[in-house]
Amino acid sequence: MAELAAVLATTHHPFFLKATELTPPDERMPQAAEWKSKVEAYRETLTAAEPDILVMVGADHFHQFFQDNYPTFLIGKQPKYDATFYNEEREFGLPKYLLDGHEDLSGFMFQGLLDRGFDFSISHELKIDHSIICPIITTRPAADLPVVPIYTNIFAPPLPSPRRFYDLGRAIRSIIDEYPSDKKIAAVGSGHLSLELGGPRQFGETGPDPVFDRKAIDWLASGDIEAILENVTHASMAGAGNATHGFMDLILMLGIAGPIDASYVDELDLFHTREMYMTWYPGGDPR
Amino acid sequence: MSVYYVNKFLYQVDGDPGLLAAYKADPAALVERWEADYGRRLGTNNSVETTSWLHFTEAERAALVEHDYVALFELGAHFFLTLTIFIAIYDDDYSAASGPLSFQREYAAKLSHWLDKDYPTVAL
Repeated sequence: MAELAAVLATTHHPFFLKATELTPPDERMPQAAEWKSKVEAYRETLTAAEPDILVMVGADHFHQFFQDNYPTFLIGKQPKYDATFYNEEREFGLPKYLLDGHEDLSGFMFQGLLDRGFDFSISHELKIDHSIICPIITTRPAADLPVVPIYTNIFAPPLPSPRRFYDLGRAIRSIIDEYPSDKKIAAVGSGHLSLELGGPRQFGETGPDPVFDRKAIDWLASGDIEAILENVTHASMAGAGNATHGFMDLILMLGIAGPIDASYVDELDLFHTREMYMTWYPGGDPR
Repeated sequence: MSVYYVNKFLYQVDGDPGLLAAYKADPAALVERWEADYGRRLGTNNSVETTSWLHFTEAERAALVEHDYVALFELGAHFFLTLTIFIAIYDDDYSAASGPLSFQREYAAKLSHWLDKDYPTVAL
């Protein structure tokens, strides 16, 4: 059976590459060096797991999908995936990528999800946006591993519940555990802590709700799903910032890891968000 | 209310550099052209099948023509679409004149009467 070698949950700040490597050193923001060094240290937690395949969790930000047909949960099943849309290049300076897919695991995952009551949509022409490319840039910049992309709706309400995200993570975990392969699989998902976009609390000196951020990191780091499900609702996330619902993809990643302590936890306050870098090793820490 | 149609406008225009440039240069003309053509197309990329019944209210059309992101917020247009398209239109000019993030901060300030209130829903 396949081995789940690592589970990574991270915020995806689309300006990381632009703020660090794409800006000349003397023009960089004061935190650029610290930001880069934290990202590089985080990258080591994936490298150390020596994965063969990446199961990637993210959410389309109205790049490919729109409200004429927005999938609640969707998986790609393709030999290749183009990545980065015109308006992401324009706004964030993100490069284009062509990632390899892993059709066999995508198909096994899709069937396994149906069998477990998660009636996914499936795409054979999915283009990947920054929710998956940002963690590729930060945790696997060589972009040399085949991926299985899973998209959730944290973006176009009404949304599934936090519990549903956790349960989906648990289902993904059991499917990985049953996958008949000797490959090592890492799950890498991205989302948000408190975040405001297009509202009165956007682009402040900190994220819109540092108190929520503190609790959220502590809950995830200690695997405390009970506290999350007691405290985190659609309304409470909206209270922390209008785009905070991306936290549910981090709950999903805890679902893949299971209710265990994280082996790596780091964070960084930027000008309008707090970044979080977390890794669980369900089978033991390889470092 | 036809917030879906407003979002469709923002989605299509933001994703097409030609439409975006036209929306910056002459918003009224682009809104009129969009309503006669792109807005009619079924979904977001169908050049044959059409939708016959979707239309803007006067308030929605006026908000789009005037680049009025406060009105769009209050009408329930999706915050990500609205922010992204107006960053594309205004950020470079504001940054050159007043420094980085000056447009985004003005945008936030103009919405400050919504602090500590429940925002208009973006749910459809």
